[in-house]
Amino acid sequence: MIAVVDYGVGNLFSLVSSLRFIGAHAEVTADARALSRADGIILPGVGAFADARAKLRSSGAEEALLREVAGGKPFLGICLGMQMLFERSYEYGVHEGLGLIPGEVVPFSLPADMKVPHMGWNGLNILRPCPLLAYVSNGEYVYYVHSYHATGCGAYTAAVSEYGIPVTGVVARGNVYGTQFHPEKSGETGLNILRAFKDITEGRL
Amino acid sequence: MLAKRVIPCLDVRDGRVVKGRKFQGLQDVADPVSLARFYNSAGADELVFYDITASHEGRKLFAETLTAVASQVFIPLTVGGGINDLSDFDRVLKCGADKVSVNSGAIADPGIIGRAAKKYGDQCVVLSIDAKRAGGRFEVYAKGGRVPTGLDAVEWAKRGEAEGAGEIVLNSIDTDGVRRGFDLEMLAAVCDAVHIPVIASGGAGCAEDFVTLFREIPGADAGLAAGIFHYGEVDIRDLKRRLRAAGIAVRL
Repeated sequence: MIAVVDYGVGNLFSLVSSLRFIGAHAEVTADARALSRADGIILPGVGAFADARAKLRSSGAEEALLREVAGGKPFLGICLGMQMLFERSYEYGVHEGLGLIPGEVVPFSLPADMKVPHMGWNGLNILRPCPLLAYVSNGEYVYYVHSYHATGCGAYTAAVSEYGIPVTGVVARGNVYGTQFHPEKSGETGLNILRAFKDITEGRL
Repeated sequence: MLAKRVIPCLDVRDGRVVKGRKFQGLQDVADPVSLARFYNSAGADELVFYDITASHEGRKLFAETLTAVASQVFIPLTVGGGINDLSDFDRVLKCGADKVSVNSGAIADPGIIGRAAKKYGDQCVVLSIDAKRAGGRFEVYAKGGRVPTGLDAVEWAKRGEAEGAGEIVLNSIDTDGVRRGFDLEMLAAVCDAVHIPVIASGGAGCAEDFVTLFREIPGADAGLAAGIFHYGEVDIRDLKRRLRAAGIAVRL
């Protein structure tokens, strides 16, 4: 079972539908026992960083989630869920992240003719082998919607997309993975990334 | 670099797609779910659904249709038609829509753009504009292109951006259905005036029209069409191959 952390942020319909579509058993939950029972955990999220972080804390899921991740359980953060993996974010102030991967989240600073949010289909430039990208080829397109991006992730960056700068697209550190884009909105490429995560949770990747 | 998007548009009435006709290998071309799956596998970058029913019963059917599509097709979905207040946004977002397109509702109450952007994020709010040439400018029309509003399309687009719209769909009434290409003049005027993505709509008659659009109007982010895709005259993958051959970044 893959637990999708429910902490009152964003609409989980597409994510849960896409997991079911690839044959995964998905459970939307914030319950510590369910997170402990799960083979893998996905942290979704849209909206503002500080609000999401506060909601995650008050949901009661954060402690259980960190315990499971420390125990080696496969963990995937998506979009804002990925941004929360880092040490801190500079979205409207300075806010502490979960600190699972080195790096911080900063606003885009781009030439005036480039639009923010970075929204749409962009190609993945895969920098190093990563189990989450086992079924994806270099150059495949994924769907992004975001105004802040992760930086300073060093060798934990597995793939980037060019948008004035190399935008951190995929990060991986041990059992912890993150995608800035939305795999549940990225067509077959996105489904293949979720398939890889499912296979990771089943010990097949 | 972001890919230019190719977007088929589906009008839905009473749970069925209107216009859908000739397709090889599709059992039921009027079934929104079959058609959405077909377009997804054909390489569409996004789908736009317009609810052209007005009845309560039609709305309910539309919600069911949308939910069915969103549980099987995993690309961005934009929904429009009958969006007048925040509860309409809520209604379609719950069914799996990613973006909501507002047209006459925003003309009647421009504040809806800002309220929706604040609640759901700019990226979620699409301002759809139907416009037509009148006295040396482009005039905005409401109610599906039937009612002139006196609003100037360029000014209205700028106002929409300022209110918080994340994207604009610009539909030219003059070129709609004519199939001799997008309205480049109107698109240039609007693209020069705003910084948010602009989706060109109305007038595509062949694949070459998309090449011309993206070559001539670099500010256009996407091209939308209905008939040429529904009638099977233009295959989306072929179209994207031509775009790529012309040096335009597309998702293939």
